[in-house]
Amino acid sequence: MLELTPEEWTAIRLSLRIALVATAVSLPIGIAAAWVLARKHFPGKALLDGLIVLPLVLPPVVTGYLLLISFGRRGPIGSFLYETFGIVFSFRWTGAALACGIMAFPLLVRPIRISFEAIDRKLEDAASTLGANAFWRFVTVTLPLAMPGIIAGTLLCFAKALGEFGATITFVSNIPGETQTISAAIYTYTQTPAGDAAALRLVIVAIVIAMAALLASEFFARRASRKLHGD
Amino acid sequence: MLHVDLRKAVGDLALCVAFDSEGPVTGLFGPSGAGKTTLVNMIAGLVRPDAGRLALGDQVLFDHDRRIDVPAHKRRIGYVFQEGRLFPHMTVARNLDYGRWMAGLPHDSAEFARILAMLDIEPLLGRRPGKLSGGERQRVAIGRALMLKPRLLLLDEPLASLDPARKSEIMPYLVKLRDEARIPMVYVSHYARELKRIANVIVRLDAGHVSAMGGPDVLSKADEVAFV
Repeated sequence: MLELTPEEWTAIRLSLRIALVATAVSLPIGIAAAWVLARKHFPGKALLDGLIVLPLVLPPVVTGYLLLISFGRRGPIGSFLYETFGIVFSFRWTGAALACGIMAFPLLVRPIRISFEAIDRKLEDAASTLGANAFWRFVTVTLPLAMPGIIAGTLLCFAKALGEFGATITFVSNIPGETQTISAAIYTYTQTPAGDAAALRLVIVAIVIAMAALLASEFFARRASRKLHGD
Repeated sequence: MLHVDLRKAVGDLALCVAFDSEGPVTGLFGPSGAGKTTLVNMIAGLVRPDAGRLALGDQVLFDHDRRIDVPAHKRRIGYVFQEGRLFPHMTVARNLDYGRWMAGLPHDSAEFARILAMLDIEPLLGRRPGKLSGGERQRVAIGRALMLKPRLLLLDEPLASLDPARKSEIMPYLVKLRDEARIPMVYVSHYARELKRIANVIVRLDAGHVSAMGGPDVLSKADEVAFV
């Protein structure tokens, strides 16, 4: 009863791959966006802030549909990417990673932004007087001091990407082996006669992965915090 | 020689300070709000003056008319802040080495050992700033600024955040620093007694202007009690 079938393993591997790629690609962009929102003042900042948060408040199906019409083969961005670089997002696992990354982006940015805002800017001034230019100040002072927020944001992004369903299924459908994630597989099994056992197995797997990510994040956040405040 | 002729409007205060000092230790004296910290921040390159000129020896660091403004990270001016500002995520050893690393200077183990001995901070090397006392933190902050091999050392009220016992712990190190380090210094304080022990040139600031300048006798007995 508890033994996973090859199809279920495929869905688990695919989910992990999609969540990891979505998180890894989003992270540098999220750090840059959080830094801009925390430190810069410019016209249109409220609009940028709103755009980043939008996927959190929009129905996921709406985000998925917007992705489909813009990144689909015939969409303006999708056709450009296909003709120029040969990259296809629609109905591919890469499209699922894109959808997950966009849906999880606000959850990634918020804790990092709060961390940047909490940093004592005087420490960066001290680094300046010690010869650090803007790049090295960011790498050696700002980034390490924001580490607890970066860890929290990364975990939230990974967890959201792992569980994302609405935007993903709208944009890339539910193709076993290509775009069928754990969530999509559970949904399929619940629609199938005698699929309850398989759905339950995947529910357990989803809980185990989420708990493991949570514990890992707690461990690393504590370590980073100890490094900042302790000995 | 330090040449200062700087202007800056900060809120209600119109800072307009001009003096030349041969040092080696120039004491900036004045009450809170006189503009002392703003002035040293301008010397360090952390605050941009509205107008004027600043030169250290034969190098012009700021000249509004000639559009010269050397950024803080290229000035090589050591700065000891009132509250230390050690990097909390680095050990004392890494804090000390930070300036040398950023400036791309070669490791000078003799100089490193000399500064450790002068400030008595060798036992602290493996600790993090969160585990240091106020006095230890300031000694490390002085050491960190010295490791940069600065051309000028700015000390902004380095004793102000310390209790009397810690102040008397640090004072002998500052005197030693003046006598041994042979680096020109600008020492900011609103404690006349402290400046009399350290500085040989006093610049007195009042409401953003130089109101008096000269030897330690610029500071009167009344000053010694006025701001304490």
